[in-house]
Amino acid sequence: MNTAVVTMRGLNLPAHRIMALARAEGVLLRRNRTALLTAVVLPAPVVYGFKMLPGAAGPGGAGAAFLIGLTAFALLFAVYYNLVTTLVARREQLVLKRLRTGETTDGEILAGTAAPAVAVAWTQIAVAGVAALAVSGLGRPANAVLALVALAGGSVVFVLLAVVSAAVTRSVEVAQITTLPVLIIPFAFSGLVFRLAMLPEPLRWVADALPLTPVAELMRLALTGTSEDGHHLGLTASFTAAAVPVLVLAAWTLAGGWAARRWFRWEPRR
Amino acid sequence: MSSALGADVTGTGDGGQGRIRSRAGMLVDMEDIGVITVRDLRRRYGGMGSGGFDAVRGVTFSVRHGELFALLGTNGAGKTSTMEVLEGLASPAQGTVRVLGRDPYRDRAAVRRRTGVMLQEGGFPPDLTVAETGRMWAGTLTAPRPVAEALALVDLGHRTGVAVRSLSGGERRRLDLAMAILGRPEVLFLDEPTTGLDPQSRRRTWQLIRDLLAAGTTIVLTTHYLEEAAELADRLAIMHQGRIVRTGTPAEVAASQPARISFELPEDWREPVPGMAGTAVSITGRSVLLQTHDLQRTLSALLAWANATNLELTALDARSTSLEAAFQSVASGSEPSGPDDNRQDVAA
Repeated sequence: MNTAVVTMRGLNLPAHRIMALARAEGVLLRRNRTALLTAVVLPAPVVYGFKMLPGAAGPGGAGAAFLIGLTAFALLFAVYYNLVTTLVARREQLVLKRLRTGETTDGEILAGTAAPAVAVAWTQIAVAGVAALAVSGLGRPANAVLALVALAGGSVVFVLLAVVSAAVTRSVEVAQITTLPVLIIPFAFSGLVFRLAMLPEPLRWVADALPLTPVAELMRLALTGTSEDGHHLGLTASFTAAAVPVLVLAAWTLAGGWAARRWFRWEPRR
Repeated sequence: MSSALGADVTGTGDGGQGRIRSRAGMLVDMEDIGVITVRDLRRRYGGMGSGGFDAVRGVTFSVRHGELFALLGTNGAGKTSTMEVLEGLASPAQGTVRVLGRDPYRDRAAVRRRTGVMLQEGGFPPDLTVAETGRMWAGTLTAPRPVAEALALVDLGHRTGVAVRSLSGGERRRLDLAMAILGRPEVLFLDEPTTGLDPQSRRRTWQLIRDLLAAGTTIVLTTHYLEEAAELADRLAIMHQGRIVRTGTPAEVAASQPARISFELPEDWREPVPGMAGTAVSITGRSVLLQTHDLQRTLSALLAWANATNLELTALDARSTSLEAAFQSVASGSEPSGPDDNRQDVAA
């Protein structure tokens, strides 16, 4: 009896729903001074400090270290932190509940809400990449495909982590505390602050399994084509070396997707 | 106002054609099972333990094509909890719900493009303007009507550039209604659509709802205003503590309560009050209360008796049945009404 409905489909593709939400969310991001500051202004001076970090002396020099560090910051702040506060705000405003009364699916709601945050992060990274090429003397990337894998995989993982963090965050104010574990621990053990080779074996494995470590590692492979201990790798060898970090990102995607489905709430607690 | 809605019935292009075809194809179904059928619906919050709470405890009703069905009840009666299941936001703990022949929770994608929902409370980002909100919502719909048309239907056409946070409570309610009808829904759910509206806006909203009904829309509405239900509803149900305790047309529900006649007897009166057919008599001191389902007959008999015995009935008061009386008898049924007023609606 619903054959007529089937013929009515297709006037709006699902992408249009994501686009409609993303456009509105983009307008809201521009109107939110704090979020804009976190997303646009904060990374620049912070990442400048990476010149003093261990990677700066390594292969690829300061340019690679700068770009890898900025990628990490973009994922942590522009994507993760920004999205936790946005999701909590929309949930408490009953926006998410209202959206769920419409045709938009749960996945489309999250994608539409996350899109501007991810777009800001990618823009930051693109601008930093151009700057690194022009100013810091960064050479052509050894394996550009891995950089795209790092960005895409890292974005998905940190969006999902934001969804899970939002589930345990009751208000926008509390987000400053609930986001600390994800902001600090993966970053501290990503290999950006100190070389992971300095860690004893079991801790080393834990560090490798954290969500930011594979992103940093893939970016390093992509930009400099060297392994963590500084050996230069060929193109094929760089793909082989990427296997473990890619698997770690895949595992985080699965775990994050499961946890998001299990715990995320679409409306405030009663 | 009505011309814009009228265009919806005749319909041009794909959307209208499909609607007419589906309507013709479903006529038989709808008369038999209704556009919405709810059978033994139960909803529970907070798990199965003793800490849990049964918000809806076995509700059964159906809504026919093109009618307005109103859910009435005190705060916490389970109206919104019931609505959320119909809207497909929650799955029932027990029982079955069908909207347009489908499970609104599981078959979300199929049902949603044909339903419109107005929640009890807004749900639009406060920093977007009215126009931006309309554009966003239209972008999520399969076949939206023009945003300007929807805003004009609720008299918000002059407020397009205003941020949602700057709207008055009544304007926000109207924006919510505009978004609910933006997708030209066949079935419309309105959870307290006129709360916070001034009397004039309320009347205009009622007219819009009547126009939607005339255009064939099926509507489920909850309200605190008995006048609203009496005005708009083809049929209604009064809920109390998670159950439907009265249901029928407004007239039928009103008639479920007896009419009341009260008067006082003189102090020295010793004769008994005569029994009258179909009338319950209760006497407390000098006060007499007659409850009857046939007010005219009982009142005539009473007056005839009073005239014959030369009795003056002091403080004589006769009132016919009303929806309000039916509602009050339910509301005061087993709970004191005082604390109930302050309690948060469970699903608010």
